[in-house]
Amino acid sequence: MNTENNYPIKKVNIICAKGAIEDVYATLVMGNGAVMEGIETNIFFTFFGLDAIVKTRMNKLHTAVVGNSALRLPGGLRMPTLLGIIPGMESFISWMMMREMEKLDIPPVGEFMDLITAGGGKIYACKLAMDMFKFKPEDLCEHVSGVLTIGEFYAHAGGEGSQIIFT
Amino acid sequence: MAQKTYAGVKVDVNDEGYFTNPSQWTKEIALEIAKEENLSLTGQHFAIIEFLRSRYLGGEALSIRSINHSGVTDVKTFYQLFPGAPLKKATKIAGIPKPVSCI
Repeated sequence: MNTENNYPIKKVNIICAKGAIEDVYATLVMGNGAVMEGIETNIFFTFFGLDAIVKTRMNKLHTAVVGNSALRLPGGLRMPTLLGIIPGMESFISWMMMREMEKLDIPPVGEFMDLITAGGGKIYACKLAMDMFKFKPEDLCEHVSGVLTIGEFYAHAGGEGSQIIFT
Repeated sequence: MAQKTYAGVKVDVNDEGYFTNPSQWTKEIALEIAKEENLSLTGQHFAIIEFLRSRYLGGEALSIRSINHSGVTDVKTFYQLFPGAPLKKATKIAGIPKPVSCI
């Protein structure tokens, strides 16, 4: 496969605004993948996405079992909404998701961020969302490089061959 | 299939320069591929290369995470030793196919 082109991506700026397992992992896989390719990487967590970088929450993410129309049971049958309201179901499905990812060597959130930052990737939190959810900088994990306003985010995102991606 | 000559030996490579026959690889060849990538290999590089080769030849998938658990090096050092795209660069020098993993 010829992957040469005249306008290679040199930098990605990925925004994650949701805190479900699949939202956060889509962001982390894309971010880590970019770092592995030698692409400069900024990841910006905002709104519910902040759960991914809040120390007490980052390794306890869930996947929605109610209102998730693509969720299927083992065997391929759709997950009935009524099953989703059983207490503990969301924890169970989320545990299963994490177990399946572990089988593919996909690390837990904290370890994933270790890999990204070890390769030079930068992780930021959104100031407005921090204020709204009453988080303080000390609530965030050690991977976070700073809390940015949207103006500062755009300043970080600039440059030739730079892309902004909203997951 | 393309061929390239390293250290006086003809080897089979794909169009991206990755070995298609890892048994043709030698340390002398590794030094020459590394030169193409502007790297001069140290013992630390070779420890990683040996790890990658043994893992690949053992049929195990290569990922950046496996490097961290290798006991040979940590990921930060790995990025410093093979700057840019370390897993791609290191596997090329190690004479094994490019990893197909996304992580």
